[in-house]
Amino acid sequence: MKNKFIKYLRLTFSYLFLILFCAISIYPVLQVVNISLRPANRLLTTSLEIFPQNATFENYIKLFTEQPFLIWIGNSSFISLVVTLTGVVLASTAGYAFSRYEFIGKKISLLSLLVTQMFPPTMLLLPMYIMLVKLGLLNSYMGIMILYTATALPFCIWQMKGYYDTVPFSLEEAAMIDGCNYFQSFYKIILPIASPALVITALFSFMSSWTEYIVAAQVLQNTELWTLPLGLKSFESNFGTEWGLYGAASVIIMVPVIILFLVLSKWLISGLTLGSVKG
Amino acid sequence: MNKTFLKNIWITILILPSLVILIAVVVYPFGYNFILSLSNISLTHIRDWKIIGFDQYIKVFTTVTQPNIYVIFFKTILWTITNLFFHVVIGVSLALVLNQKDIFGKAIFRTILILPWAVPQLIVALTWRGMFNYEYGVINAMLTQVMGLPPVEWLKGESTAFLSAIITNVWLGFPFMMIIALGALQSIPRDMYEAADIDGANWYHRFRYITVPLLKPVMIPAITLGTIWTFNNLNIVWLISNGGEPQDSTHILVSFVYKAAFNFYRYGYAAALSVIIFLILLLFSLSFMKKTRTAENVY
Repeated sequence: MKNKFIKYLRLTFSYLFLILFCAISIYPVLQVVNISLRPANRLLTTSLEIFPQNATFENYIKLFTEQPFLIWIGNSSFISLVVTLTGVVLASTAGYAFSRYEFIGKKISLLSLLVTQMFPPTMLLLPMYIMLVKLGLLNSYMGIMILYTATALPFCIWQMKGYYDTVPFSLEEAAMIDGCNYFQSFYKIILPIASPALVITALFSFMSSWTEYIVAAQVLQNTELWTLPLGLKSFESNFGTEWGLYGAASVIIMVPVIILFLVLSKWLISGLTLGSVKG
Repeated sequence: MNKTFLKNIWITILILPSLVILIAVVVYPFGYNFILSLSNISLTHIRDWKIIGFDQYIKVFTTVTQPNIYVIFFKTILWTITNLFFHVVIGVSLALVLNQKDIFGKAIFRTILILPWAVPQLIVALTWRGMFNYEYGVINAMLTQVMGLPPVEWLKGESTAFLSAIITNVWLGFPFMMIIALGALQSIPRDMYEAADIDGANWYHRFRYITVPLLKPVMIPAITLGTIWTFNNLNIVWLISNGGEPQDSTHILVSFVYKAAFNFYRYGYAAALSVIIFLILLLFSLSFMKKTRTAENVY
C-alpha cells in the first residue's frame, strides 16, 4: 500500500515536471505562430490568448507580394545547399581517413580540429573579412560560403570520425577479401552504415548556414544578396518592428528546420552520443 | 610495395581536399589574425598598416574602456557558469525523469522538449526580445495579469537586460544536455539496477553508485564543449541587447570584440582581444580535461 502511494506520487511529480517544461519549450514557438496570424489592428496586444482572434494569413501574403522574400529564400537555399554538400563530402572522407589510417601529422591535425572549437567567432571572421575586402570578395556568395564551410567543417569531421570508430574494421577486411578496392569498400560498405552520422552532419551544416546572421551581416551588405536571416532582422528595429512580417517570415524560416530536426531526432541521440563518448 | 603506394594515394585523396581548405580558411586566417593583433590596423590604416609589437595587447589590459574590460570578463564568467549550471541541471533532470520505465508518451515529451534547440537562434533571440518588451511583451503581461505584480523594464535596465539574455540562453540550451544525458542513460543496462535492488540498494545508492559514474564520462566532454560554446555565444547577447544596450552595459567578451571590430573599426585591438579569449578557453579546456581525467583514474 505504501509502495503504491510512493509510486503514484513519483509519477504525478514526473508528469507535472515534464508538462511544465514542455509548456516552457513550446510557448515561444506558439507565440511566433500567434504573431504571424494576427490581423494588422491587433499586432500589439497584451492579451494572453494562444490563438489570435480573427486569425488571418494577410501577413504571409504581404510577405510574398510586398517584400523580396522569394529572392531571400532562393539565396539562402543556394548557399545552404552548397555548404551542406561540400561539408558532407569533405567531412565523410576526411573523417574516414582519421578513423581508419595512420599517417604523418594525424594526431596534431585531430588536436588542431578540436582547438578550432575554442576560437571566438571574431577570430576567423575579422581576418577573413579583411582578406575578403582586399580580394574584392565582399558582397559575394563565394566569401560567405567559404566562411560557413570553414566554421562547420572541424566539428563535422570529428563527428564523422567518432561514428566511423564504432564501425568494426573487419567489415572492410571482408569486403577487400571479396575483391572490393579501397574506394568500393568505403563507398559501398561503410558509407551506408554511417548514414545516421551523415544525416546529422548534413543537418548541422544546413542549419548553421540557413539561420546564420552575425557573419552574413558583415559580409553581405548588398540587399539583393541578402539571406533569410538578414531579411528577417530588417523587419525588427528599435523604432517600430513589423511584427506581422517578422512573425510570418520566422514561421517560414523555422518550420523546415524544426521538421528536419524532429524527424531526425532519433538519429541525433545515437549520432551525437557515440561521437562524444569516443571524443 | 605497390600496395602501400596505392594505400597512400587513397589516404591522400581522402584527406587532401579537407586539408587544403582548412589550411586556407582556418590556419591561414588564424596566423593572419595573430599578425593583425601585432599591428596598428584600423579603419584609417586598413591598407598601410605595419607591425608595432605588443601594443594592442597592452591596450587590452590597460586602456580604460567603456565598460571596463575586467567587468566584462567577470560578466562573461558569470554568464557561462549560470548558463551551464541550468543547462546541466535541467537537462539531466529531464533525462532522468524521461528514462523511468513507467512513463507513457516518452517520444512525444522528448520531441516537444527538443524544440528550443531546433528553433534558429536568431528567431529565439528576436522572439524573446519581443516577449521581454515592456508594454506589449508576454512576460510582463503574465506578471501583471496572472500574478498581479508590477511590470519590469526588462531590456532597459543594466542587470535585467543581462538577466533577459541569460533566461533566453538557458531556454535554448537545456535540450542539448538532455539529449546527451538521455543517450548515456539508455546505454546503462537495466539489469545493473536490478542487481542493485537485489542487494538492497535504495534510490540514492542506485543514483550515486550506478547512474552518476556512468553518466560522468559522457557529460564531461559535453560540458567542456558547452562551456566553450556558451563563452563564445555571440548571437544571444548581441541580439537580445541589440548590440550591448543599455549603454553598452550588456556585453560578454565576444560581443565586445565584435563591436570593437565592426562598429568601431578597431581591427588591431579586436584581433588582440580575440587571441586573448582563445588563450583563456585553451587554458580552461586543457586544465579541465586534465583534472577530470585524473579524477577518473582515481575511481
